[in-house]
Amino acid sequence: MEFLLPRDRQEALELMAGRPGTVPVAGGTDVMVGWNMSRGLPARALDLSRLGHLSRRRYGEGRYRLGANTTYSTLTDELRGELPGLAAAAGAVGSRQIRNRGTLGGSLGSAWPAADAHPALLACRAEVELASVRGSRRVPVREFFSGPGRTAREGDELIEAVLLPRPEGPQLFTKVGRKAVATLATCSFAVALWPSTRQVLTGVGGADRPAPAAVAEAFLAGQLAAHGTWESGERLPDEVVRHFGELAAEGAVLGDDVRATAEYRRRALSVLARRSLAQAWENYRTERHRCA
Amino acid sequence: MSGDAPTRRSQTVALPAQPDVEGRGARIGEAAPRPDGLLKATGGFAYSSDLWAAGMLWGATVRSPHPHARIVRIDTAEALALPGVHAVLTHADVPGRKLHGAMVVDQPVLAMDTVRFHGEPVAVLAADHPATARRAAALVRVVYEVLPPLTDPDSALAPDAVRVQPQGNLVRHVRVRRGAAQRGELPHADVVVRGEYETGVQDQAFLSPESGMAVPAADGGVDLHVATQWIHVDHEQVAASLALPGEKVRVRLAGVGGAFGAREDLSMHVHACLLALRTDRPVKMCYSREESFLGHAHRHPARMTYEHGATREGKLVYVKADIILDGGAYASSSPAVTGTVATCSVGPYEVEHVRVDVRTVYTHNPPSGAMRGFGAVQTCFGYESQMDRLARALDLDPVEVRTRNAVRQGSVVANGQVLDHPAPVAELLGRLRAMPLPRQEAAPSGSATAALCMGTPVPGRVVRGVGFAAGLKNVGFVEGFDDYSTARVVLELHEGLPRVRVRTAAAEVGQGLVTLQAQIARTELDVETVLVEQGDSGFGDAGPTSSARQSYVTGGAVKAAAEAVRTRVLRRADELLAGAGQGPAAGVSRGAVVDGNGAVLLDLAKVLAEGAVAETVEWHHRPTRPLDDGTGQGDSVFQFAFSAHRAVVDVDVELGLVRVVALDCVQDVGRAMNPPALRGQLHGGSAQGLGLALMEEILLERGEVRTTSFTDYHLPTTADVPRMRTEILECADAHAPYGLRGAGEMPHVTSPAAVAAAVRDATGRALARLPVRPEDILGLHHRKEDPA
Amino acid sequence: MRMNLTVNGERHMLEEVRESESLLFVLRERVGLPGTKNACEQGRCGSCSVLLDGMLCCSCLVPAVQARECSVTTVEGLAGQGGPGEEDGPDSVQRAFLDAGAVQCGFCTPGMLLAAHNLLRHTPDPQEAEVRQALAGNICRCTGYQHIVEAVLLAAEYRRAERGALVQPDGAP
Repeated sequence: MEFLLPRDRQEALELMAGRPGTVPVAGGTDVMVGWNMSRGLPARALDLSRLGHLSRRRYGEGRYRLGANTTYSTLTDELRGELPGLAAAAGAVGSRQIRNRGTLGGSLGSAWPAADAHPALLACRAEVELASVRGSRRVPVREFFSGPGRTAREGDELIEAVLLPRPEGPQLFTKVGRKAVATLATCSFAVALWPSTRQVLTGVGGADRPAPAAVAEAFLAGQLAAHGTWESGERLPDEVVRHFGELAAEGAVLGDDVRATAEYRRRALSVLARRSLAQAWENYRTERHRCA
Repeated sequence: MSGDAPTRRSQTVALPAQPDVEGRGARIGEAAPRPDGLLKATGGFAYSSDLWAAGMLWGATVRSPHPHARIVRIDTAEALALPGVHAVLTHADVPGRKLHGAMVVDQPVLAMDTVRFHGEPVAVLAADHPATARRAAALVRVVYEVLPPLTDPDSALAPDAVRVQPQGNLVRHVRVRRGAAQRGELPHADVVVRGEYETGVQDQAFLSPESGMAVPAADGGVDLHVATQWIHVDHEQVAASLALPGEKVRVRLAGVGGAFGAREDLSMHVHACLLALRTDRPVKMCYSREESFLGHAHRHPARMTYEHGATREGKLVYVKADIILDGGAYASSSPAVTGTVATCSVGPYEVEHVRVDVRTVYTHNPPSGAMRGFGAVQTCFGYESQMDRLARALDLDPVEVRTRNAVRQGSVVANGQVLDHPAPVAELLGRLRAMPLPRQEAAPSGSATAALCMGTPVPGRVVRGVGFAAGLKNVGFVEGFDDYSTARVVLELHEGLPRVRVRTAAAEVGQGLVTLQAQIARTELDVETVLVEQGDSGFGDAGPTSSARQSYVTGGAVKAAAEAVRTRVLRRADELLAGAGQGPAAGVSRGAVVDGNGAVLLDLAKVLAEGAVAETVEWHHRPTRPLDDGTGQGDSVFQFAFSAHRAVVDVDVELGLVRVVALDCVQDVGRAMNPPALRGQLHGGSAQGLGLALMEEILLERGEVRTTSFTDYHLPTTADVPRMRTEILECADAHAPYGLRGAGEMPHVTSPAAVAAAVRDATGRALARLPVRPEDILGLHHRKEDPA
Repeated sequence: MRMNLTVNGERHMLEEVRESESLLFVLRERVGLPGTKNACEQGRCGSCSVLLDGMLCCSCLVPAVQARECSVTTVEGLAGQGGPGEEDGPDSVQRAFLDAGAVQCGFCTPGMLLAAHNLLRHTPDPQEAEVRQALAGNICRCTGYQHIVEAVLLAAEYRRAERGALVQPDGAP
């Protein structure tokens, strides 16, 4: 196996261009699990860890641009106030040791269905910035996960950044696993409120791929519009919240594995979605009142 | 050798790995620091995986991917052709006995014509880099004819079942028949409760995977440095398979990173020796975590049917039970576990009439063997679940129903043995109940309870429950096994000062036996400096570090040897004092020989000036008897141990998640030899029990192991284990050295049942299976792991 | 490949490192410091914890290549990290582990020590809950964690006392 060590962005993109199948490596926390067992060793890997531009973060025009090498620890320690949903998801990742090395870009690249950051990115309207010698493009994260274990990244592309609009309302992430912490998600759920566009966006983890709970979103949008609830700031009726939870679970493609049955995942997701929406809406109402 | 074979720049690890350790200070009953603690806390302690030697090769194992298959052909040519590979060996290369086994010799060193479980070793090889070895392992071509596996223990004894072993699928059947059951009857009872219970496969999950290094010796023999629980039984098996005389095989203890039963059987022992002898190079073998899951026997999964009959007042009249243990493909410790399950089948309760059948069967599942608690863990879950059921049926408090039936000194237990030592079970329960209960915390959002999910704190429906469990287990070996340990104690002058050297071949696996040996020597000879030396297979047998027996048996041996040394010192002092009108010498104290009033007669230095005093003692505990074949009766146990737990849990009843908020333990230990180390045993055992109760399980699918990593095999973390209260009773056992009672296993025996009881209390669910899964709490169907 | 690595202040030039090797493997088998333990190689047990350029991580999940020109602190280099006056003997965290009876088999100890040391650098006076969160990535199979958690709280006390002792001669609080 060959480890390519580019010195800068241009070299990295050129190395990727000439060598399809090259595996980009940021923090290593995903790929090393296999490599340590001599499994899945690629012919070539490319080290991203020294590319300064991937660690940069900036804010402008109402948007955060987080370099792909932004670690979970950075999210929890430095961006909790700015990006609460993503920070909560980052805080649920593994242990401090893993959060210190694991990156947003790496997580997106591996596209693990149970990865904690993905639901939050989905609910938080993230876009993925991809680059190659052919140029750069942005893909909404809702289109990025194209299938189980598959992403929209082309073989010669590098994930360079994640773009997130400034939150407009509450953003929550909840997760269920077999242990109190430091464990993979059995399932997870993220919700973010976007009052300006009258949207409640979601993300589901633990299904066959990270995906929004689209049916639940649509149902809720309809309910909120029909009753003018965004404007009134009233409490959501219990049956609406409950039905939202059920729809969120029903829409996900869930399977049996060593961590749980599909039936359990369905049940747990509906509970997480219900609780998260209830809490998010409650926070929204409280916030509204305080502002009013 | 290929160019990238790792060579250490600095050679920090010297052999032998388990160092001799010197300490000062504590006597028995006092807090004694570990003499090897500083080495362990500074990274200098050499564990078995840390060994290194110049020119060393790395071994790897080729394992069966099938639970049952016939081996058609093994082709090693491609693996052998890989640069850096030095040898590839199969069963044909085993020069001696092709089978091993500590109790029953039935497990192939390397599979011959058949593989009987997923992960069974088929070939081994050595290469100059571990990654090369792993690649080569993938290149060994084994052609299998896959056969249908027998994986359901309930059908293993059916007449048409596939035979896992040639003699049939029954490992052992123990019948317990007490009282009316000996006549084939059971008396009338006012109240009868029945239940079926099941426990999953628990892994010992010691932190340091199987590892060691074999070094070829000039005499044509081999030195094996290995992490083990019993040097001598390893030695005997390794020598037999290598076809070498005993003296040409030297088994030495390398630093052991935990054991919990999983090092009782051989793993890489013979393999590394074969490779070292073939290549004439030191060969190191370190299992990966995945291999470790495949490479040792686990706790027996059990299926238990219980029926308890009681009077209206809650006095037990009879217990009837049918217990099936899945022994897996080879015997391992199954025969002994079967006996323990039978003897511990009704718990620490007086029951006049007992009818219990325990059968352990062979299947094509991975072998089951020794793990902390050794069968008593499973039965405790069974009989304690029944006691709670009985309490409910009678509308009695769960502690009350237990107390009314609790054994005490003089009671008779399931094997018909009269408890001739303290058995303060009622007191354990009483003290537990008197402990304060933890307060319930409010949710961060201000509502009643915080959900137990991760991420953003949200409110949830969380219910609290409390559960109790009491239990018993034998200490040490049983059923007539002549169990002993050997200790050599030397009292000598070292740099002008008296010093004691203690040597045994007992395995320190983390429990603190090195500390205890020094404490005992210091207590008996009142000398500050004690050097504890690690004996190898050339020294006398100490028996295994298992069954909570080492403090008792090796402790007893060290005590006896120290006493013998003291006797000789006193005799020598009397000789020196002869005619001086002093004496007689009655004891040693603070570096001097003293008379009966404690007056100094002579400096020890003077007595030792003419030479050191050394004594070697082989110490046997009191004999035990076999169990009667027809009735399972007999004084088979030299000591029983008792503990009780109270668990307090919060259950998120919508998510099926459990948080243990308290797990308190009261245990009788006879004598607390080293209180902090003892508390560490109680904490650690309780936490392992918590793991079995809620999260730890090896999942099998038609015999294939599906959980081979710490990602899928869940071990409790700091956030899962609560702060634990422990209370220690010291009711001395007059038969035991210092009155002590083996303590290491009990905390694991009673904590799972207590946690399960607490979850039942919170949820009202029956919860008949360990571990309790979120699905069980929500009443959902669970995936059928293994359709018969 | 060749790479430079500074371990516990000492610079090492390493030859022939395989591209797929982990930092853990290189520390143990090439540098010769086996104090950092290998127990799961999946980042699930924390036994291999080190500080990589001051950042706590699982060395089993760091491709060795990514540590080129970096500085690593392992358990062998922890002594003397506690502060002035500790250059020689064990660090206050190491002493606290021994004094609290937090070491049994000891295989988790090196990783625990690094995680504890890392916590105390950032949070000198942690609450028990903070200690339990900070150590949640480190599995111990022997102790049930209680003495380990107590040891970390004790280490915080030792460090407070050391800080106190250091400022005392000047009379400053």
